[in-house]
Amino acid sequence: MTIGHSSESPAATGLSPSRSGARPARTRKPLSDNAYGYLFLAPWLVGLLVFLAGPTLVSLYLSFTDFNLLQPPKWVGAQNYITLFSRDPRYLQALRVTFTYVFTAAPLNLLFALLLALLLNTRIRGISLYRAVYYVPSLLGGSVAIAILWQQIFGLDGVVSQILGFFGVHGSSWVSSPKQALWTLVILHVWQFGSAMIIFLAGLKQIPAELYEAATIDGAGKVHRFWFITLPMLTPVIFFNLVLQIINSFQAFTPAFIISGGKGGPLDSTLFYTLYVYIQGFTNFRMGYASAMGWILLIIIGVFTALAFLSSKYWVHYDDAR
Amino acid sequence: MATSTRTVRVFPFSQLLTHLVLIVGAFCMLYPLLWMIGSSFKPDSEIFTELSPIPRSLDLTNYIRGWVLGSGTSFATFYINSFVVCAGAIIGNLLSCSLAAYAFARIRFKLRGLWFAVMLGTLMLPFHVTVVPQYIIFNALGWTNTFLPLVVPKFFAVDAFFIFLMVQFIRGIPIELEQAAMVDGCNRFQIFTKIILPLLGPALVTTTIFTFIWTYNDFFSQLLYLSTEKHYTVSLGLRLFLDASGQSAWGPMFAMTTLSLVPVILVFAFFQRRLVEGIATTGLKG
Repeated sequence: MTIGHSSESPAATGLSPSRSGARPARTRKPLSDNAYGYLFLAPWLVGLLVFLAGPTLVSLYLSFTDFNLLQPPKWVGAQNYITLFSRDPRYLQALRVTFTYVFTAAPLNLLFALLLALLLNTRIRGISLYRAVYYVPSLLGGSVAIAILWQQIFGLDGVVSQILGFFGVHGSSWVSSPKQALWTLVILHVWQFGSAMIIFLAGLKQIPAELYEAATIDGAGKVHRFWFITLPMLTPVIFFNLVLQIINSFQAFTPAFIISGGKGGPLDSTLFYTLYVYIQGFTNFRMGYASAMGWILLIIIGVFTALAFLSSKYWVHYDDAR
Repeated sequence: MATSTRTVRVFPFSQLLTHLVLIVGAFCMLYPLLWMIGSSFKPDSEIFTELSPIPRSLDLTNYIRGWVLGSGTSFATFYINSFVVCAGAIIGNLLSCSLAAYAFARIRFKLRGLWFAVMLGTLMLPFHVTVVPQYIIFNALGWTNTFLPLVVPKFFAVDAFFIFLMVQFIRGIPIELEQAAMVDGCNRFQIFTKIILPLLGPALVTTTIFTFIWTYNDFFSQLLYLSTEKHYTVSLGLRLFLDASGQSAWGPMFAMTTLSLVPVILVFAFFQRRLVEGIATTGLKG
């Protein structure tokens, strides 16, 4: 629908007359808003078609086929989905690992973000320095460099086992222990609470001071003010952060890949969902199978986001003005 | 705006306590980074035996040893590649997202509401759903092991976050400016280039910063598409230390991981306010 518009070469007709100072509107019939709208939107629409919506549908098709990039896809019906849930223990393990990760890392991240935002939302000296220090890890945390650092810190001779040893707890390497490896990744995610903290801080600043004044006059203590003013007023921001966290943490990849050397080990204990998609799709070249996993992930994220939205009317407080 | 009257009468003691908590917390947050920086200056034998992040001497040997890899490729190549990919992605995002954002914010066209909803919907789309078909496309085009798969999609506004950011910003620009220009005979493209783009500055800066950080830190798509060392980015170059771990290259490895964080830290230092505003207004992930 947009291809037709974009072939009219907008830049040439639109920009050259202005250079001469003439008024193009008088000499040429101006385009309708509709035509302009789609002209401006043309790159995005092409991108949507070629890189987002198109591939999403193609991967739905591929998920019902056997495809290895070399031979043409072979239709196998729902076989990939059946195999995933009934004959692939590694897939079920990937689901288990990912759910454990999402439902520990995301809430803990938000908890720390909220606590620090509350501490920083006072008239305290050096607030911008504190804010910077707490925020920086979330900028760096997704990088390969930090994942490597984490692997070393929680490794055999790493800082953590040294510190624990100091307190008499003689553990072993966290990253090579099936019981503890996932928790190093959870800690890495929680370490990056800074960006959620910034969003909370912005939310706290929006709460009218009059509410606190009125409550104080009525004799409300700190706890009451937090419970009956801060928390309800902040629920939209908590909700927003929650949805973001769910979407992001389901898709975590880099730290698990680096810390486990691309294998999801030890004993598949860090086999993140996305990591298993990568292994099946791009190491084993089972692209139909990987597409099926991709689609299940889409549905999982969709369901949890929808649940967050549906439940929001019971616990998210919006102003009447909204 | 933050007239926090409730903190005026707080005891100095509770202030002190808050500071104490914040300082201890900050130390815990920064300790891993400090330890890495310190280790980058230590000889291998000292790295895992001493907890103190402070090295005995400022020895740059690790940096010199880490810069050039065994195969002869140096980090200079990786940094150039990373910056080329970042530059392409930034230009692409600035052009394509601003065009789309102007349409969504200001032009009344058919099905605008529907397309806007679709755009917001793509925010939720996991990369792993689209990755296989995208790979097939780029493979068919012969673009694997080039930077094109990492850059070209950005010219088609695939990062809806930035469209959303710019839409919010454009809505805040007084519409009277555009109406006056229209009376003077400007068409939409002239309005876009002469009025909107110059005023969109802050949003463009935010887009640039976040595109840089995300692209620079990206690993998954670079891992997929770049397969020879001379095309490697910094992210992929760092990984070579893990592959070839001859158990003795810890120092050089920490030197290079430390160095790799410098660009992002610099961006943070110079654009801290923009970053914070960008996150606060749109919830961009840092």
